[in-house]
Amino acid sequence: MNPLIVIILIVFAVAALLALIRIVIGPSILDRVVASDVLLTEIMCILGADMVINHHTRSLPVLLIIAAVGVFGSISVARFVARRDNPR
Amino acid sequence: MSFFAQLGVLAPTSALTEGVAPDGNAIADTVALVLVLIGALLCLTASIGLLRFRDVPTRLHAATKPQVLGLLLICIAIALAMRAWPVAAFVAPIFLIQLATAPLSAHMVGRAAYRNGTLDEGALYVDELRESRETPPAAGG
Repeated sequence: MNPLIVIILIVFAVAALLALIRIVIGPSILDRVVASDVLLTEIMCILGADMVINHHTRSLPVLLIIAAVGVFGSISVARFVARRDNPR
Repeated sequence: MSFFAQLGVLAPTSALTEGVAPDGNAIADTVALVLVLIGALLCLTASIGLLRFRDVPTRLHAATKPQVLGLLLICIAIALAMRAWPVAAFVAPIFLIQLATAPLSAHMVGRAAYRNGTLDEGALYVDELRESRETPPAAGG
C-alpha cells in the first residue's frame, strides 16, 4: 500500500478522535456544536479521500447533500440554546 | 450514478508511454494524494485547536478552517483524480454551497456564545455589542 495513503488514514483517524473528545468533555453545548460541526466536515473530507483513493464517484451526491443540509444542525442548536446554559 | 462511474473509469490510458516513464496519470494521482494529505492535516489542526483553545469563539476560529480550505483541497483532489469534466462540474457546487453555508453556522454559534456569556470578556479589545446587550433595542426603556 502506498505510504501516503497510510499517513492520510492515520491523520484522519487522529483528527476525528480529537473532535470526539471535545464533543464528550465540552463544558457547554456550544462547544459540542462546534466540535460536531468539525466532525461533520471531517466526514465529508473522509468521503472525498475515499473517492480519490479508490477511484470511484459514488459518494458525490452524499457530499452534496451533507454540504447543503449540514448547516441546519448547528444553526438550530445555536438558535434555541437556553440562555441559562452558562457555566459561570 | 452509473453515468459518473462510467465517466470516472474513462481516464485516458496511454499505451505508448506505459512502463517507460511515470506517465501523466501516476503524477496526477500522486498530486491528488498530496492534496488529500494537506486537507487531512488541516482537519487535524482544527481538532487540535478545538482541544487546546479556551472558549467558544477561539474554538470557532480553529473550527472554520477545514470547512472551507480543507474541503477546497479535497474537491480539487477529486477532480484531479477522476480527470473528467462532469466530476469537476459536480464538485464545484459542493464547494460553493459549503462556502455559502459555513459562515452562517459560525455566525449563529458565535452570537449565541456572546449572548450566553461563555466567552472570556477580559480578552476582548473591542466590544461593539456591549450597549445593545445592556439595553436591548425596542425594549421600551
